[in-house]
Amino acid sequence: MDFDLMLRVYPFFIEAAGITILLSVLTAFLGLACGALGAAARLSRFAVARFVGAAYVSVFRGTPALIQLFILYFGGPQIGIQLDAFQAGVIGLGINAGAYMTETIRGAIISIDKGQKEAARTLGLSRWQAMHKIILPQAARLMVRPLGVNLNMLIKATALVAAISVVELTYTAQRYIGSTYKPFEMFLLAGILYMIIIYVTGRAVAWLDRRVQIN
Amino acid sequence: MGLDFTVIPKYIDIILLGCLWTIAITVAAALLSFFGGIFFAVIALYAPAVIRLPFRLFEWIFMGTPLLLQLFLIYFGLVQIGVDLPAFVAGVIGLGLHFAVYNSELIQTAILSVDKGQMEAARTVGLSRGQALRKVIVPQAVRAVIPPIGNNMIALLKDSALVSVIGVSELTLSAQRAIGASYRPFEFYILAAAFYYVINLGMEWVQRKIERRIALSR
Repeated sequence: MDFDLMLRVYPFFIEAAGITILLSVLTAFLGLACGALGAAARLSRFAVARFVGAAYVSVFRGTPALIQLFILYFGGPQIGIQLDAFQAGVIGLGINAGAYMTETIRGAIISIDKGQKEAARTLGLSRWQAMHKIILPQAARLMVRPLGVNLNMLIKATALVAAISVVELTYTAQRYIGSTYKPFEMFLLAGILYMIIIYVTGRAVAWLDRRVQIN
Repeated sequence: MGLDFTVIPKYIDIILLGCLWTIAITVAAALLSFFGGIFFAVIALYAPAVIRLPFRLFEWIFMGTPLLLQLFLIYFGLVQIGVDLPAFVAGVIGLGLHFAVYNSELIQTAILSVDKGQMEAARTVGLSRGQALRKVIVPQAVRAVIPPIGNNMIALLKDSALVSVIGVSELTLSAQRAIGASYRPFEFYILAAAFYYVINLGMEWVQRKIERRIALSR
């Protein structure tokens, strides 16, 4: 174990971890937005919207995220979409994560008892009012933990943007493995930082989950 | 540069060969992850603390870091300690171990949920602890987790795209080769996505068949 080397290069890993965190945060927000839209589409009254929602989930969960990133970043210019690697990373991963979050959000909503909606409608609330005053507040509590699992996967998936040369944690590790031939040391540095990020996120999700429970 | 899907037939051989390699690596890694998962689960639950605790650390590291990083470690790490494995083997080991850890989590929960009386009954009729595990407990536990393990295997198929970065000529790398020759990234990545999607549908079909058979045999 070459600790001198690790001490010499760790500042670059810290900096790269910052990029990984930034990527994760932006991707999480985009993923949530896509997930909310996707769930709304899948639960819509309109068959076309339901079909579009189902197709979105099926295609984006049915193909590798890496290929989706490549289509966007390398194929995009052919259809007039010019993005730099970081933008392509956030958009590609966000849309991908949104497909998983669609199912999480939808699952939480449909697990709320049907009687709740019927009662709200009977009391004269509109469909929209029933959804956002009665159903969603209850469903939101159920979503926290599974969305936390989505978030955990999303953080690890940010490593994929190394393949389109975004200088985040995995890319940095790969570059230093290539230049120093010390894979274990570099893995250790990057791995510890990933585990810190994932551990802190996990604690935050657990805290939020406790906060939103009624008992 | 517009789109031109007519270039595809010229390179279809490379892509189809890539599909076969993707299927081969998925099947090999799935088998490793299945049996590895059972093995890991038994270690995590029944091994003495000297083995169990380091193993927990190993499990924790594998679940807390990205697969891509693990693949780099295994591929370059093995070379460093003088084991020069072909990329395919390194890819199977990386994917297999990664998913074995996830399968192990599922199997552990399932083993714990098998009724305690089963172990006691097995011991009473004269089976050793190992025999009871092997012949009574594990088969029941594994049967209960086939559906979620199936989901992990479908995730494995998609993650097999990552081994392209260590140079395994599977579907993704084959698409990249075709792109290198034709300069048509959009067309070939869409084609690769379509093939992945079809393989994915095939796996879902097999999963449903297996689940139905298990449901029938209960």
